[in-house]
Amino acid sequence: MKHLHLPGLAPLLLIGSIAVMALLIVMPLGVVFSEAFAKGVGPYLAALTDPDALAAIRLTLTAAAIAVPLNAAFGLAAAWAIAKFEFRGKAALMALIDLPFSMSPVVSGLVWVLIFGAQGWLGGWLADHDVKIIFALPGIVLATVTVTLPFVARELIPVMLDQGADEEAAAVTLGAGGLTVLRRVTIPNVKWALLYGVLICNARAMGEFGAVSVVSGKIRGLTNTLPLHIEALYNDYDFVGAFAAASLLASLGVVTLVVKQALEWRYSCELAVAGRR
Amino acid sequence: MAGYALPIERPAPRLSGWRERSVLPGFPLALGVTLAWLGAIVAVPLTALALRPWEIGVGGAWTTLTSARVLAALQLSFGLSLLAALLNAPLGLMIAWTLERYAFPGRRLLDALVDLPFALPTAVAGIALTALYAPTGPLGALAAKAGIKVAYTPLGIFVALVFIGLPFVVRQLQPVLADLDREVEEAAGTLGATPAQRFWRVMLPALAPALLSGAGLAFARAVGEYGSVIFIAGNMPMKSEIAPLLIVTKLEEFDYAGAAAIGLAMVVVSLAALAAVNAAQAALAARGRAGASA
Repeated sequence: MKHLHLPGLAPLLLIGSIAVMALLIVMPLGVVFSEAFAKGVGPYLAALTDPDALAAIRLTLTAAAIAVPLNAAFGLAAAWAIAKFEFRGKAALMALIDLPFSMSPVVSGLVWVLIFGAQGWLGGWLADHDVKIIFALPGIVLATVTVTLPFVARELIPVMLDQGADEEAAAVTLGAGGLTVLRRVTIPNVKWALLYGVLICNARAMGEFGAVSVVSGKIRGLTNTLPLHIEALYNDYDFVGAFAAASLLASLGVVTLVVKQALEWRYSCELAVAGRR
Repeated sequence: MAGYALPIERPAPRLSGWRERSVLPGFPLALGVTLAWLGAIVAVPLTALALRPWEIGVGGAWTTLTSARVLAALQLSFGLSLLAALLNAPLGLMIAWTLERYAFPGRRLLDALVDLPFALPTAVAGIALTALYAPTGPLGALAAKAGIKVAYTPLGIFVALVFIGLPFVVRQLQPVLADLDREVEEAAGTLGATPAQRFWRVMLPALAPALLSGAGLAFARAVGEYGSVIFIAGNMPMKSEIAPLLIVTKLEEFDYAGAAAIGLAMVVVSLAALAAVNAAQAALAARGRAGASA
């Protein structure tokens, strides 16, 4: 006898699952593109080459280019400490790393306003010294970093815990220095997990809306990221423009999904996801 | 010496100090970087969140939280998130079951698509759901014929929260469904249990911890959700205004303490809910083990 299959229910469950997925999950993706091209290719391209749109794309790329490497480096350091060494307080440390996952994105932005905003703890000092953090790139980067902090660490820690420290210990015994071990042993062993984590971290960084909207000030052409640009156009009833910008982010999401899936199929035993699935 | 290394018996790590000695280098640096980054990005900002509400005094913070508009928003956010998680549990179970137990063409595609709500930025999901469920949209028009208004009502918020929560339940259940002890199912079958009994009495208890944690994660995500909700919500104070939006409104009025009070309340309640789910999950898992060995 095999697993319980409920064969009689198969058609029903299959149709139900496909219906839910189609109505709830797939149609929203489809509508992004159908609305973006509702008036043809010309208006679509015009919306994407608008100076404000280009500025938003640039800002989004810049913020992600700063935030993702920082959190990747953090993820490696955290995974190295947690997976390769035994020390007290590990569970608490891991809970702290997970904390941004259980915070509203709006709160992840709010906390920075409380510190650096006009009435923040350091607001007066910053104004006196003409340093802009909130309503400027540094604030946008801080909010993005906060929201995306766990992604790489979360992917690396289980994989590295699984691999243990024996290979690294052998390398050290043979005389390798710390950097050599990291470069020649550890990183090659976790390269797919690292890529997987960076990929998801980047998708979230470029798509982040709530946290960034709180700190950005939403100045068009200056502090609007791509998701905020979408909001601005949508609120102006410029639906083609909004959905054209949204189609870029939706494409990023789809590409991320495809690469992620390819990684899961090919290298599942080298990913944290192997333990989960 | 023989040409092979003797296996070294390694005792379970018993820490004499606060850490075990290791031949590997870099522990102080790695832990230092980790703690510095967590301190700067998580601990210090959260300290600000924990301290600033009290600037208006305990009474002031309480007044903010219990004002009719804030209470309505908190009730809406937590209530709808709970309802969405309750719907996501059976929907997620159905989809996870279909993906794990049946072979059909396109199964892998369907499996990959489950993650779409994770992959689609929230603002994109927000305007897309609104376009679909607005009275002029394809699904909204259908609903309107039945006399149901979806977008710009709490029902619209509910739809968005179901959308973003569904993958959590499916992804928590899939590995458990795949690994579920075949012998237990077999035993139930050989003992004459009907398929329905096997499902309700044998499988559901085994799936319950994963189902609970999936629904718990979906709930936690839904409570704080902003981008996919605000476009479809209508954002009418007292009616369809979610708590995160109220934080934004307070900030725009430069009421930092009020915004912090709402933010702190949300973090505290979310963490308490997650802790409760974890405890319930552990209890369920323990009972499952006890039941299996009895």
